[in-house]
Amino acid sequence: MRTITMDRVNTTREKMLDVVKSNTLTHEQKVANMAILADSLLEVLELPEGLSDLLERDITDGQCICDLNEGHAPLRPRYIVPDYAKFMKEGSAFLELPPPSDLYEALNSLLIFYKHVPSVTNFPVYVGQLDVLLDPFVKDVDEATAHKLIRLFFTHMDRTILDSFSHANIGPVPTKAGEIILDVVGELEDAVPNLTMKTDPALTTDDFILRGVKAALHTAKPSFANHPMFTAEFPSGISAGKDAGNYVIASCYNGLPYGGGSYTLSRLILGNIAKRASGIEDFCTKVLPQVCDIMARYMDERIRFIVEDSGFFENNFLAKEGFIRRDRFSAMFGLVGLAEAVNCLLEKEGKKGQRFGHDKEANELGVRIMNIINDFNAAHENKYCEISGGHFLLHAQVGIASDIDVSPGTRIPIGEEPAELRDHLEVLSHFHKYFVSGTGDIFPIDLTVHRNPDYVLDIIRGAFKENLRYLSFYSADSDVIRITGYLVKRSEIDKLEAEQNVKHDTTALGMGAKHNGKILERKVR
Amino acid sequence: MAPVNRIIRFSSVDGPGNRTVVFLQGCNMNCRYCHNPETRALCVHCGDCVDVCPTGALSFSEGFVSYDHTKCIFCDACIKTCRHDASPRIRNLTAEETFPEIEKQLPYIRGVTVSGGECTLYPDYLTALFSLCKEAGLTTLIDTNGTLDFAAYPALLSVTDGVMLDVKSWDSSVHRSVTDTDNADVLRSLSFLAEHGKLEEVRTVVVPGLVDAKYTVRETARVIAPHLSKRPVRYKIIAFRPMGVREAFRSYETPDTALLSSLADIARAEGLSDVIIV
Ligand code: SF4
Ligand code: SF4
Repeated sequence: MRTITMDRVNTTREKMLDVVKSNTLTHEQKVANMAILADSLLEVLELPEGLSDLLERDITDGQCICDLNEGHAPLRPRYIVPDYAKFMKEGSAFLELPPPSDLYEALNSLLIFYKHVPSVTNFPVYVGQLDVLLDPFVKDVDEATAHKLIRLFFTHMDRTILDSFSHANIGPVPTKAGEIILDVVGELEDAVPNLTMKTDPALTTDDFILRGVKAALHTAKPSFANHPMFTAEFPSGISAGKDAGNYVIASCYNGLPYGGGSYTLSRLILGNIAKRASGIEDFCTKVLPQVCDIMARYMDERIRFIVEDSGFFENNFLAKEGFIRRDRFSAMFGLVGLAEAVNCLLEKEGKKGQRFGHDKEANELGVRIMNIINDFNAAHENKYCEISGGHFLLHAQVGIASDIDVSPGTRIPIGEEPAELRDHLEVLSHFHKYFVSGTGDIFPIDLTVHRNPDYVLDIIRGAFKENLRYLSFYSADSDVIRITGYLVKRSEIDKLEAEQNVKHDTTALGMGAKHNGKILERKVR
Repeated sequence: MAPVNRIIRFSSVDGPGNRTVVFLQGCNMNCRYCHNPETRALCVHCGDCVDVCPTGALSFSEGFVSYDHTKCIFCDACIKTCRHDASPRIRNLTAEETFPEIEKQLPYIRGVTVSGGECTLYPDYLTALFSLCKEAGLTTLIDTNGTLDFAAYPALLSVTDGVMLDVKSWDSSVHRSVTDTDNADVLRSLSFLAEHGKLEEVRTVVVPGLVDAKYTVRETARVIAPHLSKRPVRYKIIAFRPMGVREAFRSYETPDTALLSSLADIARAEGLSDVIIV
């Protein structure tokens, strides 16, 4: 391990003391922050040359690569997606739990298991394909009991998983359990967990989607994932359950292999990378490929450490008991700010009036940039990403609270959305296909749609025909709202703004995004 | 050919699901509470509006006003100026010219609604347009005041999935005072469409002091109820709101929620299950 300066130690100690004394952080948030600061003192990774100039800057000072605070010595993969179906079938020796035999035991076992699923947030980012897991047990009790138990289960998750980067999946096949889950989340209006309905034109009925839409208009979830698209992209292997595919949607909207996960996620800050280029050609042929290369080698090194040095896969019970498999992990090659990059480059070419999301030339430049990144990734090899053919998975990252003038992934900046939703959707149809490990767009919906949820159904069905990947809707007046990918309650942001404690750490991120990301100003459809 | 006032590409309020709505210009009634009075009449080419247009979208030559929709910013200055309840922003389009603007919304829409003004003033255009829509797998709805004698247009009916009909007043003298026209044609259309399973929705606008809403809702529901087995029919009870209404008629009051729900109860008591208040 490399030595570091005493100055750096002392700065970190100051920060630790600030955390200890903070008025707004809860106990759990303090513990997590202390761990991050302690980790920041470790120096064990062999960093590629040129990285620090791109990484160690503020976002307003030209930062080009961001590792999303994963730490200096990752002690576990970033996102872990356990095979809960196996747990339901076999129980766990480490947790001393036999397979559950009824709904009471199933819910209790899951709640226990969640406390043992590590992640970058220290909370489970994936809580299971809950309809498939619970449906066999739901049939044994009367519906009112099932509803009550599942309601308590969801309340328990919201109050103990203190971070809304936590995701449950249902669909594509409608089930009794799936219906109960939708009814329960619609009633509770809680932020946690996030929920996705896998949607397949051949398997998902209109009724089931409409039930989802009605819940979403109350509580901003579920979101809708293009099931055939994801299923085709993730190789067969272990499945999340009958017809549920070999992938899951975890954290914000991350498509990940079932029974595995993602080692790491770094992101390119495309707008800042564009600022370094003299023009479009310089960006496309020199600057961008160079930054991609450095970020990829940085990710390679992080992965090497997790796999070869951290001991995680040898020692953690999840791996030892086969709930996760090392060879089902990949890594997420993320990006933000395509819009800012395109606008900046066109400005450099003297075409200031051309804007991403509106002009043909701008959108085509966006596609060209995505093709460069896609081709780069297809040529870059990492031996520990077997599940994705030895390559990373592209990810349209949703941004973090401190981002300023950075649009998530390939989104059109808030305030610049095309006047017509049809034109907006047309732009998206060029970009969703690249992001196997997730992208998504969010539409606040006018109140009148409460009377006509079929309107949203038609948009979902149309969008998936056009190869869009993932869509979220919420009602312009609801308390639970989607920030960038995760959910937060407006009422909780209000509390935090009044300097009161709030239970979910994502509320602070939501508050940041409200101010820096203008997320309350999205165009209502 | 028909005068097209406007096309709304995605609409959640003009029938089931997501629909493209085509508004045609010109109307044969004169409702006191019309919410888009500028769709009532055809332009007489007086030229008054040309000068108020800030973008040069309107021009006047050889006695005719012409409109360049690519320059228009929809500021509505022209229609506010017009003293003839008309709009210069009209494009005379054939069905074949209109359809491509609908097709652009595929695959996001399930159907098309043609509204107005009064769209049934152009039955041949409707028949041609709906035939094209049907070929593309879209459903077709007409939004009408019910003055057309649908029985005389079997070709139109065969390509129309449903009609959304305004029943403004059951009493003919009240109807005349509200619309300047008799309601015999409207009531004939109501019965005919209900009998033939072509009624999608009926609407009554509730304007306290102007319309006999209780009587109207009850009698209308009675006509519909026996035919509900042919297809479900929605009854939409619409509260009058002064926004957009011509100045002389803005003083009417908005009905209170108690009145509106009592009207909904009347429709339900007659056997209608899908009753909504907007
Ligand atoms: S609405 Fe269009 S045509 Fe009318 S005045 Fe404004 S810009 Fe001109
Ligand atoms: S729209 Fe009205 S003001 Fe303009 S020319 Fe026609 S009648 Fe005159």
